[in-house]
Amino acid sequence: MSGPSTYEPASGFTRWLDKRLPILRLAHDSFVAYPTPRNLNYWWTFGAMLSLCLVVQIVTGVVLAMHYVPHVEHAMDSVQRFRRDVPFGWLIQPMHAVGASMFFIAVYIHMFRGLYYGSYKAPREILWILGCVIYLLMVATAFLGYTLPWGQMSFWGATVITNLLGALPLVGESIKNWLMGGFAIDQPTLNRFFSLHYLLPFVIAGVTVLHVWALHEAGQNNPTGVDVKSKADTVPFTPHATMKDLFAVSLFLILFSVFVFYMPDALGHADNYIPANPLQTPPEIVPEWYLLPFYAILRAFDFNIGPIDSKLAGVLAMFAAIGILFLLPWLDTSRVRSMRYRPIARQFFLIFVVVCVVLGWCGGQNPGRILAKAGPFSATLTWVQGGQVVEAPVSASSEGGFDQAAAAVEQQLRGQGATLTAVRREGATQGVVRGVVGGAEQTRTVRGETADAVEAEITTVRAEVGAAAPFFIVERRVPPTFTVTNLSQVMTAYYFLFFLLILPILGLRETPGRVPDTIAKPVTDGKAQGAA
Amino acid sequence: MAEAASGAHEDETTRRDFIFIAAGAAAAVGAAATVWPFIDQMNPAADTLALSTTEVDLSVVELGQQVRVLWQGKPVFVRHRTPAEIASAQRDDYATLKDPQLDSQRLLQSNGQAGRPEWLVLQASCTHLGCVPTFVEGSAFGGWFCPCHGSDYDTSGRIRRGPAPHNLYVAPYVYMNDTTIRIG
Ligand code: HEM
Ligand code: FES
Repeated sequence: MSGPSTYEPASGFTRWLDKRLPILRLAHDSFVAYPTPRNLNYWWTFGAMLSLCLVVQIVTGVVLAMHYVPHVEHAMDSVQRFRRDVPFGWLIQPMHAVGASMFFIAVYIHMFRGLYYGSYKAPREILWILGCVIYLLMVATAFLGYTLPWGQMSFWGATVITNLLGALPLVGESIKNWLMGGFAIDQPTLNRFFSLHYLLPFVIAGVTVLHVWALHEAGQNNPTGVDVKSKADTVPFTPHATMKDLFAVSLFLILFSVFVFYMPDALGHADNYIPANPLQTPPEIVPEWYLLPFYAILRAFDFNIGPIDSKLAGVLAMFAAIGILFLLPWLDTSRVRSMRYRPIARQFFLIFVVVCVVLGWCGGQNPGRILAKAGPFSATLTWVQGGQVVEAPVSASSEGGFDQAAAAVEQQLRGQGATLTAVRREGATQGVVRGVVGGAEQTRTVRGETADAVEAEITTVRAEVGAAAPFFIVERRVPPTFTVTNLSQVMTAYYFLFFLLILPILGLRETPGRVPDTIAKPVTDGKAQGAA
Repeated sequence: MAEAASGAHEDETTRRDFIFIAAGAAAAVGAAATVWPFIDQMNPAADTLALSTTEVDLSVVELGQQVRVLWQGKPVFVRHRTPAEIASAQRDDYATLKDPQLDSQRLLQSNGQAGRPEWLVLQASCTHLGCVPTFVEGSAFGGWFCPCHGSDYDTSGRIRRGPAPHNLYVAPYVYMNDTTIRIG
């Protein structure tokens, strides 16, 4: 892409340097003369924001590490001390915490941009995969960092995630203990998480260099998805892209500042200000907002799939949700890059974005929460008013024969005129059958909005009838319900179908719109060039 | 020798091939041996492993109460069960169980001797994802309820409803004397 270098050292010193370390030439070719497509829109400015975010996290992080104590007894206090007592700690600590969220806002937009404009397609597969690697590293870094303040969410979030690894067959338990450095999340875990949290951002920085290198080799994609064909299609990076990036970054910094200065804790969970307590689980455990969609996918699997139990299935699906991004360049079969010219694919893409947002919402809800139900919960109580209780023992010859023996005794009591019977097992082969003879059989049905409300009603009826009835038969009816878990299941299905079915099939069958011959054509609209 | 080096017999295995493979194999073993200490250092250390027993004085636990103690950094319940809890646990031995186990099996000491029905010693980590369940008087199965994803355990700590795959694990324990147990 970047043709022969146009760098001309201007002074004696730069000429001397250029012969020995052509670093200024590299910078000039990459960020000044580098030709960028002339039709880039603002979705292309998020790379600059991401670079800024990485620098912000590293700078504020190194400062935090000067004051942070990675010890279970002191970690939370040291963060609070930094925030309250250290000069400008009140500014720098929230910059780091809010910065993580801003980083994820930017990376998600950056990734959706890539999806929409087909930036993952040839020749940018490696570029895309490096991006996915960066994203994976970001998730790991954020998870490790969140444990460091050692609040309740830190501790229990780490517990839940390490337990997930324990779901892996055979090796799970050893991997878990290896990661924790003990049998529970404790001092060794905190210490190593700190060390790794410090390390990973520098790995990210390294991979980002590769990412930008791959970008400059393949050249930027653009909103039409058409390859650059001539000089008329491009403008030099400086000043065009530089200025546009700076403008977008300024807007981004305004948003960043609003959070840092006015609501530094809005994006976090209040429970993380409660010191970690290994004996007490908080009422709900939720990850930070940017991981909620994956948490929802994890919890969508509340059923076993053949030999894979629900827990393992959830873990595998969660990793697969990220893993599938790596395969995307080969899953999408369309020859047209930009969805601008793929009207049907565009609809599916928009649904996909909504699905990701809904998954995020589901991840933050109680999974059992009922969103819709086909009727009320109800129960029918049957009892006999004023009868006489009879009892008969059951004793079966073997454990397996109990049910049969009990049925026989029940039959026998019925024969004696009992209208209601109930079996109670008291051992492997022993039990009692109770029945009521005579009296008047009564029934009553109660309803309620939730299962708990029905239970309360049942208790009331029992208290009302009281000693008049020796025992009750209660038949509970649960209406078909649609819970947050069910919603997550539907959304998870779409998430995977989008990649595994929709993109592969659509690419082969759809009729794309008319793609312009060159980038310049729709931009300059036939008018004189240089009007950029 | 000269013949081999010049590659006159292309398909023949030469001494040089052998040396390449042998040197490569030795280097691979060396690399693995070098990497291993850096991986293994993350495993539980000797002092962590040594912290493996906890003693509990039972005389302070009232009937119908439980204490939570830390063993190897993990929470453990020691519950003083009431006769009603014991009866319900034994009665449910034959209910439909996800992870069938008799109450008496769950009381066994680590030396194989029978336990006492009034003392139940359980690892307090939900077998789903490790939250600490709470004992809820009058809950659906009379025992523990896990707030994280709603698993219900009975008075023997057996899983009765919800996503957890197993019963609460029994902590290995033995009676030191009438009023003291040692966990681990
Ligand atoms: C620390 C995180 C990241 C940084 C600093 C970063 C930086 C950049 C920069 C500076 C650009 C060029 C400007 C632009 O096109 O916006 C770029 C392009 C790109 N990035 Fe990233 N990136 C990061 C993460 C990711 C991730 C997670 C993905 C996808 C999974 C990704 C995919 C891409 C793609 C496909 C391009 C080429 C865009 C195009 O020309 O169409 N990046 N990145
Ligand atoms: S951790 Fe207990 S139900 Fe999930």
